[in-house]
Amino acid sequence: MSPSITHVTLAANEASEHRALIITLFVLFVVATLGITVWAGRQTKDAADFYAGGRQFSAFQNGLAVSGDYMSAASFLGIAGAIALFGYDGFLYSIGFLVAWLVALLLVAEPLRNSGRYTMGDVLAYRMRQRPVRTAAGTSTIIVSIFYLLAQMAGAGILVSLLLGITSDAGKILIVAMVGVLMIVYVSIGGMKGTTWVQMIKAVLLIGGTILITFLVLLKFNFNISDLLGSAAANSGKGDAFLEPGLRYGADGTSKLDFISLGIALVLGTAGLPHILIRFYTVPNAKAARKSVNWAIGIIGGFYLMTIALGFGAAALISQDEIIASNPSGNTAAPLLALHLGGVDSAWGAILLATISAVAFATILAVVAGLTLASSSSFAHDIYANVIRKGKATEKEEMKAARWATVLIGVVSIALGTLARDLNVAGLVALAFAVAASANLPTILYSLFWKRFTTQGALWSIYGGLIVAVGLVLFSPVVSGAPKAMFPDVDFAWFPLQNPGLISIPFGFLMGWLGTVLSKEEPDVKKYAELEVRSLTGTGAH
Amino acid sequence: MAADAPPPSTDQSAPGPEAYTEVQESAEFGELRRSHRSFAFPLTVAFIVWYLLYVLCSNYAGGFMGTKLFGNINVAFVFGILQFVTTFLIAWWYSRHAAAKLDPKAEAIKTRLEGGA
Repeated sequence: MSPSITHVTLAANEASEHRALIITLFVLFVVATLGITVWAGRQTKDAADFYAGGRQFSAFQNGLAVSGDYMSAASFLGIAGAIALFGYDGFLYSIGFLVAWLVALLLVAEPLRNSGRYTMGDVLAYRMRQRPVRTAAGTSTIIVSIFYLLAQMAGAGILVSLLLGITSDAGKILIVAMVGVLMIVYVSIGGMKGTTWVQMIKAVLLIGGTILITFLVLLKFNFNISDLLGSAAANSGKGDAFLEPGLRYGADGTSKLDFISLGIALVLGTAGLPHILIRFYTVPNAKAARKSVNWAIGIIGGFYLMTIALGFGAAALISQDEIIASNPSGNTAAPLLALHLGGVDSAWGAILLATISAVAFATILAVVAGLTLASSSSFAHDIYANVIRKGKATEKEEMKAARWATVLIGVVSIALGTLARDLNVAGLVALAFAVAASANLPTILYSLFWKRFTTQGALWSIYGGLIVAVGLVLFSPVVSGAPKAMFPDVDFAWFPLQNPGLISIPFGFLMGWLGTVLSKEEPDVKKYAELEVRSLTGTGAH
Repeated sequence: MAADAPPPSTDQSAPGPEAYTEVQESAEFGELRRSHRSFAFPLTVAFIVWYLLYVLCSNYAGGFMGTKLFGNINVAFVFGILQFVTTFLIAWWYSRHAAAKLDPKAEAIKTRLEGGA
């Protein structure tokens, strides 16, 4: 059991008085989104509706939804907490998460929109032998999404136990199960249309809440950033070091390498995340996909800039002891900051805390829905329709399979989520990014831009990147041999880094190249001509 | 999808495989490919190098990053904000390039292919 669970915390005590308010706001969000889901469900008639929301969302709507899908609990709670505890080093996450969008904008979003229909597998398998490549793409989609899902589920458990004062195991299992059931309902009934609306609402709530807190923080410091940073440094007890890199990752050579590994995984992971990629299919064409990425870059960039105020504001206004007592990883710094800004014993403080907590729940719920949709789409479209049924399934059968896959993936992630509720959230998210960057990104880039790329190359890069990334994590300090590991009591961690990206990403690229040059089959030149022309011009795009 | 497309083509959005190969080898498409790659590839390398420079400085140039510029604002902070600024600028720059240089060429080829001309 991790320390975050055994602590009966200050935040929990303060929050439990205002439990009713938090629950009311949260129930409001759930009722509103369920209403939209049912409405969207009625409008969902064919596969393009279910997988791609009918491709009728505007660039701005999709930009909002992309932001909603991307800004997970790890961004909101995790980064604010990391800055509050480690100062400048926490801010490094924000930068990596944002810069990563340029890879999606310049290389992936438009060609993907032009040449695929519903899933990442559509593009990877375009000129390859369908069955093996779609199996590989589906496997990698589901594995990346499940790691990401686990992180969100574990996050939900931690948040709820801290904010609502639920500390019993049964209570936390119940919350994880509730999140799971809600996401099954959102996705199986509302499909992409319903999920997209949920993302948009969540994005507006999250941005609104963040602007409010940022404004209140800046107001306290008369909009003087230098004063804010100075107070944060002084109050943290670490002085100027708090404003410089190195507090978290600067300890020794290994942790510095770990930092590089994390940095690479963050910047290259985004363009390989299946739940982000399928969002580009919800707009009418590639131009709209480009514009939605631009909106997302603006919204997400603005949000990450505000994490400076959130994180350093928490460090300036709350003592380090209080933040750590509430959650050793700082995950509750943002809600705590809301409470302090409003006044610890005042009604205003209670309202702010309740609002920010409800926003955090909404965040988790929406991201979980997006991930479930990505994995059930890939299961139904890549594995069921094209591998098991060899492309002979009707649209109706495919949609039915997608709905059943949603239930199945929901149940699996509830089961894993209840088991994984004490795991390290940040580690799981960074792992999802590393796996996406190692297995998916090389395969996507080779598929789109390399004429010679073959089926064997695609399989080697997906499975090679996947196996090495997951394998290295298994033998890393995330899983064993460290106080904060999943299994702290055993030690089989021979790989010293927390994040495998430094090794596994180049390995994925290398395997794709090696698999291609060593393969006996000729590349399908005609199919590549079709893919290349379609991806750049949008000819025949669905 | 031109409504007044010539009658012979039965499915406007599905040109045959030969048509694609022909287009791929055409000078016009070569130019479109070049306009995309010669812009996107070097720029991708550039922003990744710029980002890695930032990561490496954070790791190995602590003294430089800790230099105070004004008040409590140090080089590290400004460097971080600059990453935001360059991201916004590159996104804007690429979109301008795409709208001016890529979209018209892509549109012309698409119209011709789908029109079956």
